Amino acid sequence: MANVPIMVASNPGGSARRGRLLLFIGLAMLVSMLVVTIFGPQIAPHSAIAFSPDSLAGPSAEHWLGTDSIGRDVLSRLIIGGRTTLLITFVAVSLAVAAGLVLGLTSGYVGGLTDEIIMRALDVIFAFPVFLLAIAVVAALGPTVPNLILTIAIVYTPTMARVVRGPVLSVKRWDHVEAARSVGVGEFQIATRHVLPMVISPILVQTSLTLANTIFTVTALSFLGIGPPPPDPNWGGMLSEARQFMELAPLTVIGPATAIVFATLTFIVLANGLREWLDVGNR
Amino acid sequence: MAEAASPLLQVRGLSAQFTTAGRVSQVVNGISFDVAAGEAVGFVGESGSGKSVTARAVMRLAPEGSSVALGGSVLYDGQELLQLPEAAMRDIRGRRIAMVFQDPMSSLNPVMTVGAQIDDIVRRHTGLSRQQARQRSIELLDLVGIRDAARRVDDHPHQFSGGMRQRVLIAIAVSCEPQLLIADEPTTALDVTVQAQILRLLMRLRQDLGMALMLISHDFGVIAGMVERVHVMLEGDIVEDGPIDEIFARPQHAYTRALLDAVPRLVPVGGAA
Repeated sequence: MANVPIMVASNPGGSARRGRLLLFIGLAMLVSMLVVTIFGPQIAPHSAIAFSPDSLAGPSAEHWLGTDSIGRDVLSRLIIGGRTTLLITFVAVSLAVAAGLVLGLTSGYVGGLTDEIIMRALDVIFAFPVFLLAIAVVAALGPTVPNLILTIAIVYTPTMARVVRGPVLSVKRWDHVEAARSVGVGEFQIATRHVLPMVISPILVQTSLTLANTIFTVTALSFLGIGPPPPDPNWGGMLSEARQFMELAPLTVIGPATAIVFATLTFIVLANGLREWLDVGNR
Repeated sequence: MAEAASPLLQVRGLSAQFTTAGRVSQVVNGISFDVAAGEAVGFVGESGSGKSVTARAVMRLAPEGSSVALGGSVLYDGQELLQLPEAAMRDIRGRRIAMVFQDPMSSLNPVMTVGAQIDDIVRRHTGLSRQQARQRSIELLDLVGIRDAARRVDDHPHQFSGGMRQRVLIAIAVSCEPQLLIADEPTTALDVTVQAQILRLLMRLRQDLGMALMLISHDFGVIAGMVERVHVMLEGDIVEDGPIDEIFARPQHAYTRALLDAVPRLVPVGGAA
């Protein structure tokens, strides 16, 4: 079949099975994370923002992960803080994927001057280091949750658009596209029904990788103090507050750090699983 | 039926010029030909002789990534196609003129069922409802000789063999009963036994639906028995044209003789239909 495999095959053979396994693990991690996040308020043993005189306490039956510098329950803050971090991540990446899809598809499919204009505009964003740009935009707009979402969406859109555009350039020359055109199918329909479905697999993989990157970016921005404002918890902010007391109450650092690693790892495992699985599955 | 005086398709001084990466090349040099309603006309020539470009030019299709400048006139049923706005041209494609391509393996969308691909075209051009279009798809698959069409309609292209896929593509092409079917090397990618079946199918459909046929091939063996007249193309020109029997009996141009000699044994295929 003349289908061009879009992702480069790494190790054909056992790769599909390994991919399925990774995918399964990744999905299990994702589901457990989502359950904890969605039912956070029901699960969390304490309030995430209520103080208690018992500050920097070690783990106990009452506070499994101890308390932070002003006596708030670390476990509860982790659970509730994940909601903010993950919400920003998911919404921002969805926006970036949607924008990247529209821009990449338009650019690659239409080509010519349209392509030049879109891609050069995105190059401008692309030219900045992700982090620097994020800091600049958040600093300019103010560190609110909607602004963070918008910033991260803007920062990751060019990557998404490029990932979409590349395969579109090749798929639009495939025979079935000309065949569709020869029976009067309109350009919009060709682009959305005959080109887009062929480029879905790299988009899925890239989306997963972007989620991993975004978790990291969101927490890092919060760590630097330009995340969502206190007192509502988020992982990056917790890490930042706790680092002065690292020696006294190590769990206040280990907790959020583990959560960040777990979330990032989830998406990396998913991305690798998807890549290996789609490689072979994509006939 | 159109009047006998004016042919269905009247091409005059058609030229095609490609500009690829700044380089201009003339692929078709002002050729003229007619196709009468219901008539079968062959175009023979080697690779690069401009026959495929001619076929696409009639439908105003150009390969992706190239810019092609068409000149001359393509009069279809009294309408100048080269002047038509793109939207009107889309109504012609598939509805009035349709095309069958060389490679059935890659000319179907691999992620859509064959039924959905036929439905799309039928609904686009005829305004049938979803159920009616599906019914029509099954009828069409049956018409092109796919057994158990009611079940196969929900299969994906990879579940069909090459010959079957070409039948599906033919079903799509004739779905709106066009008056002109252009077949560009429709059998080149197929096994010899399957080739004969596909050619017979094309002949049968042409007669049943009263379509005109432009059959393009590099192979006189394919053309023989299928068409009434043949045009021999070489480097963008029609070097010889005439009734098929006459060309076979008395080829005038040296190139035609060379092409005829290139066919090992001339056994008319599809003549039985």
